[in-house]
Amino acid sequence: MAATETVEGYNFAYLDEHTKRMIRRAILKAIAIPGYQVPFGSREMPLPYGWGTGGIQVTAAVIGPDDVLKVIDQGSDDTTNAVNIRRFFARTTGVKTTERTLEATIIQTRHRIPETPLRDGQILVYQVPIPEMLRWLEPREAETRKMHALSEYGAMHVKLYEDIARHGYIAATYDYPVIVNERYLMRPSPIPKFDNPKMHMNPALQLFGAGREKRIYAVPPYTAVRSLDFEDHPFETQHWDHACELCGAADSFLDEVIMDDRGTRMFVCSDSEYCLSRREKQQPAVA
Amino acid sequence: MMNTISDVPPALAPGFDQPVFDSIKVFRVVADAMAHPGEIKRIDARPPAPAQLMPAAAALCLTLLDFETVLWTQNPHSAVSEYLRFHCGCPVTQTPSQAAFAWIDSTMNMPPLSAFIAGDPEYPDRSTTLLIQVKSLSNASGVRLFGPGIRESIYLDVAGIPAAYWRELQASRAAFPCGIDIVFIWGERIAALPRTTQVVM
Repeated sequence: MAATETVEGYNFAYLDEHTKRMIRRAILKAIAIPGYQVPFGSREMPLPYGWGTGGIQVTAAVIGPDDVLKVIDQGSDDTTNAVNIRRFFARTTGVKTTERTLEATIIQTRHRIPETPLRDGQILVYQVPIPEMLRWLEPREAETRKMHALSEYGAMHVKLYEDIARHGYIAATYDYPVIVNERYLMRPSPIPKFDNPKMHMNPALQLFGAGREKRIYAVPPYTAVRSLDFEDHPFETQHWDHACELCGAADSFLDEVIMDDRGTRMFVCSDSEYCLSRREKQQPAVA
Repeated sequence: MMNTISDVPPALAPGFDQPVFDSIKVFRVVADAMAHPGEIKRIDARPPAPAQLMPAAAALCLTLLDFETVLWTQNPHSAVSEYLRFHCGCPVTQTPSQAAFAWIDSTMNMPPLSAFIAGDPEYPDRSTTLLIQVKSLSNASGVRLFGPGIRESIYLDVAGIPAAYWRELQASRAAFPCGIDIVFIWGERIAALPRTTQVVM
């Protein structure tokens, strides 16, 4: 992708070196304690909280001049958030950017894990709004901290059980709780539960940044990530009666797109790059 | 007292040639090492440093230490302390139980792991990271490592680490999430041992 002109007057990757060092130390501890939320001194960024300031700070601390960056928002490379963040890093670092999952060394994501399997050496950076899985069950930070210290996750099981009692099945479809390395309850950020199994034993390093809440956490490569469930209500992912209407994929996460005001609908891959690369393979001339 | 020639400190070695780009390069290697416990990785950046600091140790200190990190050094080398105080601005302590980082230049008479901070169950991240200089590293034999970041298992041989130290490390795993994270350093090479790594002798 054509490099955008870099801006003058800022340090490489925007953040100052002291901030990067502090974030880097937090990342090392996060890798050493998989799933534990390491507090860090989150900075004001030139965009509001909720737009991925945590993910941006993590990316800024790990990106180097030789990296190739991909940014996705809901699986797509060309939505507002993805375009803005990609341009931010292109301008403050001059790194090469890409839409190809295989080409990227760092992928910053909001709400999806790419369909193309990641490889060893890649870094996946998640933008996290609320890092604490227990927060809606227990508002007090001192309490949730104690619950993590004691692995006291019964309340989370009760919440899932209430779903079963009310709906007959676990109704949570995204932000679905996981246990990392059989120890910490972790919020996978609002990815669909469809993506949860991809976190398990993934060869890539997964880093999570929550800017407003000032937390960084990580899942190292080849680490067990188990979605919470019950023996008689095992964890299940979404599946569709449709295949993608553009590329025909039956194995990807599908978005339902309204086509007109008479209820015509179309199901297409949420991962736009996966969909496009499949179509290119099918009809090389059309691409 | 009169100043003599011998009181004049030797010229301080300069740090990184390109601090911004050298430190990101070094960080990526150490993050990769932490994410792949036991795997020996090479740090390319070789900042000029006092002889007692191995190249990778100097690079790691310049990358990770600053005024917020208290450093404990095993043997007092005034050249090293001066170098790190100048380049990193880190406080240097005599007490291992105050240290965020510890630089160990000799595996002989290392303090036990219990001398350092293992964090507490509510804040396990507030713990010491040990930077231990060793005489050699090899993945061909040695102790066998299991855990997050390791696909199946990996061997790591660290010259000069006594069996008792490995046993203390094994025993400390019961205290997870508390624990000590270690980076072994041999010249330009490093191998990390985060607290999640299980050691089988």
